[in-house]
Amino acid sequence: MTDHTAAAGAPGAPGAPGAPGAPGALDLADVSVALDGKTLVRGVSLSVAPGEVVGLVGPNGAGKSTLLRTLYRAQRPSAGRILLDGDDVWRMPARALARRLAAVLQEAAGEFQLTVYDVVAMGRTPHKKAFAGDDADDRTVIAAALAELGLTALTHAPYDRLSGGEKQRVMIARALAQRTGTLVLDEPTNHLDLRHQLDVLQLVHRLGATALVALHDLNLAAAFCDRICVLADGRLVAEGTPQDVLTSALLAEVYRVEADVTPHPDTGVPQVTLRTADLRPARPGNT
Amino acid sequence: MTAVHEKAPAAVREAGRPRRRVPYPVVLVLLAALLLAVATAAVAAGSIRIPADQVWGILLHRIHPGLADPTWTPVRETVVVDVRLPRVLLAAVVGAGLAVAGMALQALVRNPLADPMLLGVSSGASVGAVLVLVLNVTFLGTLSLSGAAFCGALAALVAVYFLARTGGRMTTVRLVLAGVATAEVLSAVASFLVVTSDDPHKTQSAMRWMLGGLAGTTWETLWAPAGAVLLGTAVLLGVCRPLNLLLAGEEAAASLGLDVHRFRGALFVVVALMIGTIVAVSGQIGFVGLILPHVVRLLVGADHRRALPAAALLGASFLIAADLAARTFMSPEEIPVGILTALVGGPFFLWLMRRRAQ
Repeated sequence: MTDHTAAAGAPGAPGAPGAPGAPGALDLADVSVALDGKTLVRGVSLSVAPGEVVGLVGPNGAGKSTLLRTLYRAQRPSAGRILLDGDDVWRMPARALARRLAAVLQEAAGEFQLTVYDVVAMGRTPHKKAFAGDDADDRTVIAAALAELGLTALTHAPYDRLSGGEKQRVMIARALAQRTGTLVLDEPTNHLDLRHQLDVLQLVHRLGATALVALHDLNLAAAFCDRICVLADGRLVAEGTPQDVLTSALLAEVYRVEADVTPHPDTGVPQVTLRTADLRPARPGNT
Repeated sequence: MTAVHEKAPAAVREAGRPRRRVPYPVVLVLLAALLLAVATAAVAAGSIRIPADQVWGILLHRIHPGLADPTWTPVRETVVVDVRLPRVLLAAVVGAGLAVAGMALQALVRNPLADPMLLGVSSGASVGAVLVLVLNVTFLGTLSLSGAAFCGALAALVAVYFLARTGGRMTTVRLVLAGVATAEVLSAVASFLVVTSDDPHKTQSAMRWMLGGLAGTTWETLWAPAGAVLLGTAVLLGVCRPLNLLLAGEEAAASLGLDVHRFRGALFVVVALMIGTIVAVSGQIGFVGLILPHVVRLLVGADHRRALPAAALLGASFLIAADLAARTFMSPEEIPVGILTALVGGPFFLWLMRRRAQ
């Protein structure tokens, strides 16, 4: 999927149609989210420097998705502030934010007969007047986003007939079509096979955009993130480089698993290996 | 868009091939031609048959006397201009308005089974209209009827929306159940008001709102709904892109720069205005707002920039044809047109539900 980029109008080139915005600086200050009387996020403060890729990890229900939802204005925080280049994202028009920050969501609604092109074309909306059609620049940007994710052959396919992995790539293509300098990604790889997981995370790096990405796979997070933030029970419990954060002690405390963390022999990237042998319960009849 | 260079598996290539759709401008021209043809036929048909060329001759003569030489009797001119034309135009306005409002409603509640009648909006409008009639409110003239119907429609829509939505989620089942229950309750209220009013004349005219019909249309009845439908359609055409965003989901729409709650609130008012003024003159005509959006999406896709104009044209043609059938089928008796649309629409709704369940 990577060898289409040059052919598709070199979207990143300066002066090219819909050149991406400059990478933004994200600052979350003491963000809390309470919903129906339950506090899901408790006073999280973290920063992402321009161009930095920061991973958000943590067990199920730790508040990763909820925290990300406050960034793309799907959930208003009950306390705290979220700044993008110093501007409060909740005090600017929604459209203005969508021109600077794009989100890759897990949600994949398919009730209406939308084509892949229709869905990706929505990424141009924040840049357009309400009734303006897609002009040549928009079509270039959309075609480039589709090619980037290897979706060109599916351009006119009905979205709701796609596989989970294909839908996920469409979501990413839509965010690319927004041409923003900042990306928020909520588990962008959870439906993807190994090759596509690597492709997507390499793509995030290659874009040079600021990215805050929730990930389940700790090895992927270690390989692709400049820094890792660990959420547990709505709190930020650890933050730093993968080497500093991913330790046996932390995994035992946060995930309640026994695991070894060893540097990869070639790259030095921390590798998490579960001690699965200890975990397998003896089968009746096997003893 | 045409050349696919990737070595995609056959299934992928199959899915990726552009669906062979007729080019959009051609679709619009065909739909416009259909509308003209159906409208001409509807003006021509009736107890006095008037040839199509004479229909156009009369109309052109009215626009400018030099355009056609009068070769017809004054009675025919009166029939065309004062009796049939307003009724056909009202059918067009009502059909277009119901189709457009139905399409907008389906996007707003993100549910392809939404329809003004199924969601109780039409019943709400009926209650408003019947109340005005029974209580003899006259201080705004005919506008008080439309105004009350609008208020009833808006109240019902907001009520159904909040009943169906608990904990930030809204399922198809809950939406349809809340809509049907609300529609039943409001219809019962309207019936109660009609039955308990002791004026037989009122009872008769109130029946019109229960069954839906366009009998006795005059030019005066046309203006309020025509204005509301034109205005509402213009507004909806102006917000096509945000409407499209809602098809992708609330969260996605928010992340793509839409203030979902404010947008939905504003458009509820627009839809209620269209439905209210329509119901005030035509009563509850069901299923037009359900069927037409689906047919149109099959024709031109879900993008509202393409679908809304097509829905307006096709909705107008559909209701003109339905009304023509309603008044000629058992002539001289008239079937309320709402009965005909329900006969067609009910089975369609069931087919749609079964297809979606699979």
